[in-house]
Amino acid sequence: MQVLQIPGRAALSMLAEIGRLSIFIGQALSWLVRPPWYGRQILRQMIDIGYYSLPVVGLTTMFSGMVIALQSYTGTERFSAEGETSVATVVVLIITRELGPVLAGLMVAGRIGAAMAAEIGTMRVTDQIDALDTLSTRPMQYLIAPRVIAGTICLPFLVLIGDIIGVFGGYVIAIYQLGFSPSVYLSGTMEFLEAFDVIIGLIKAAVFGFIVAIMGCYFGYHSGRGAEGVGRATTNAVVYSAILILIFDFMITGFAFVR
Amino acid sequence: MSDIKIKIRNLRKSFGSKHVLQGIDLDIPNGQSVAIIGASGTGKSVLLKCILGLIKPDSGSAMVEGIETVGASRRTREDVLRKFGMLFQAGALFDSLPVWENIMFRYRQKNPLSTAELRQIANETLADVLLEERVLDLYPAELSGGMQKRVGLARAIADKPGILFFDEPTSGLDPITSGVINRLIRNAVDRLGATAMTISHDMNSVREIADYVAMIHDGHIIWQGSVKEMEVVDHSVVHQFVNGLPTGPLTKYAESI
Repeated sequence: MQVLQIPGRAALSMLAEIGRLSIFIGQALSWLVRPPWYGRQILRQMIDIGYYSLPVVGLTTMFSGMVIALQSYTGTERFSAEGETSVATVVVLIITRELGPVLAGLMVAGRIGAAMAAEIGTMRVTDQIDALDTLSTRPMQYLIAPRVIAGTICLPFLVLIGDIIGVFGGYVIAIYQLGFSPSVYLSGTMEFLEAFDVIIGLIKAAVFGFIVAIMGCYFGYHSGRGAEGVGRATTNAVVYSAILILIFDFMITGFAFVR
Repeated sequence: MSDIKIKIRNLRKSFGSKHVLQGIDLDIPNGQSVAIIGASGTGKSVLLKCILGLIKPDSGSAMVEGIETVGASRRTREDVLRKFGMLFQAGALFDSLPVWENIMFRYRQKNPLSTAELRQIANETLADVLLEERVLDLYPAELSGGMQKRVGLARAIADKPGILFFDEPTSGLDPITSGVINRLIRNAVDRLGATAMTISHDMNSVREIADYVAMIHDGHIIWQGSVKEMEVVDHSVVHQFVNGLPTGPLTKYAESI
């Protein structure tokens, strides 16, 4: 029987954590739709998430677009496929459907999810959250709701810009290194790209933005005492955000593209 | 209206197997300043947080102006909390806001004034805690520990609450700054005619701030009386604590927690 105790305890602990997280998400969602809305907090978070994440997301997608262009060129060469159009198509589809949202989600999880967990965790251990409560302000409404709103709204915009930069990265490599014709490459980019691809990518981005914000807030809000507690909250926020992003990416892809 | 502002009956709180509060009974009279003293880890801050509803007690009653706060609805609790001003142990100022916005945090929710008017009121409140106008636009990280406590006090008294709670107001401060904070707290309580509860184990602070003193030990209030009575108390535990004696009944207890 003792052999079963360890996995049993782990399973119970995991279920308890899932229950706590579900309640937290339910509370966060309920506060999204109830006034007052803290406009300044939402704006501040949008600037943090949207504006300040732009360089890292732009760089990541640009280099990814470049690498995809190079890799797909060497791949199509082996099969004697038509290089110019197929490279352009591969770059745009992979960026918009997959790498744009996933890379942006992971980058924002590392940058913003960690920062949210650290900030809210520090507020928890220094009694700032209790202070909010005693000052007639609901922490869920003042701290959590603005971050969730900003994360869910900003990530699709970030991904849209990242998509354009990523495709541009592929274009630069195709034209200046592989010697493709710009007009053929651009027509190859547009020919097989459907609005559906972009829309699904943006839906993914909104889901990932929600995940990053809610996990950062959840682990920060339930941070343990002291620097160690805040450190653990930060690590957990990034790790669990990344795992959930990959799981939800698979689920949305399966739902949207596999028929 | 009753002369008792805060009435606590049989309040109990445990964390796992640790029974921190084991049936606290306490009355805080209207307009009086009461200090709760006791060794570290005896549940002074837990008692305070139970009254404010920041921690849910296992059982018992905590009534503020006749309104039960234990198990109260969110709305009732929020109504009760509006009567309170609270100075936290580490100040608990909001890092992302400048001093004037920290001070006006609750006041501006009830009074939609212009920024200039709010800054003016914040400046007047800062003057009450002997801080200059130049502090208004600083952020908490730019302030010394003593200044943070004073800004925290300014935030607590900004909208003139009827009840003030102070959690270890002088912890981490040098004796001079502690003396200044004690005097500011006493002045604020007297000026507002507020009912005050101070958690402390700094006896100089207790002597300056409090009218009455209650001591928590082993989950119970073991003694209460006036500050004058405290000085001549013959209760061995209280006597050892008040006089900071290294040997006595508390020594073994302190080592065990």
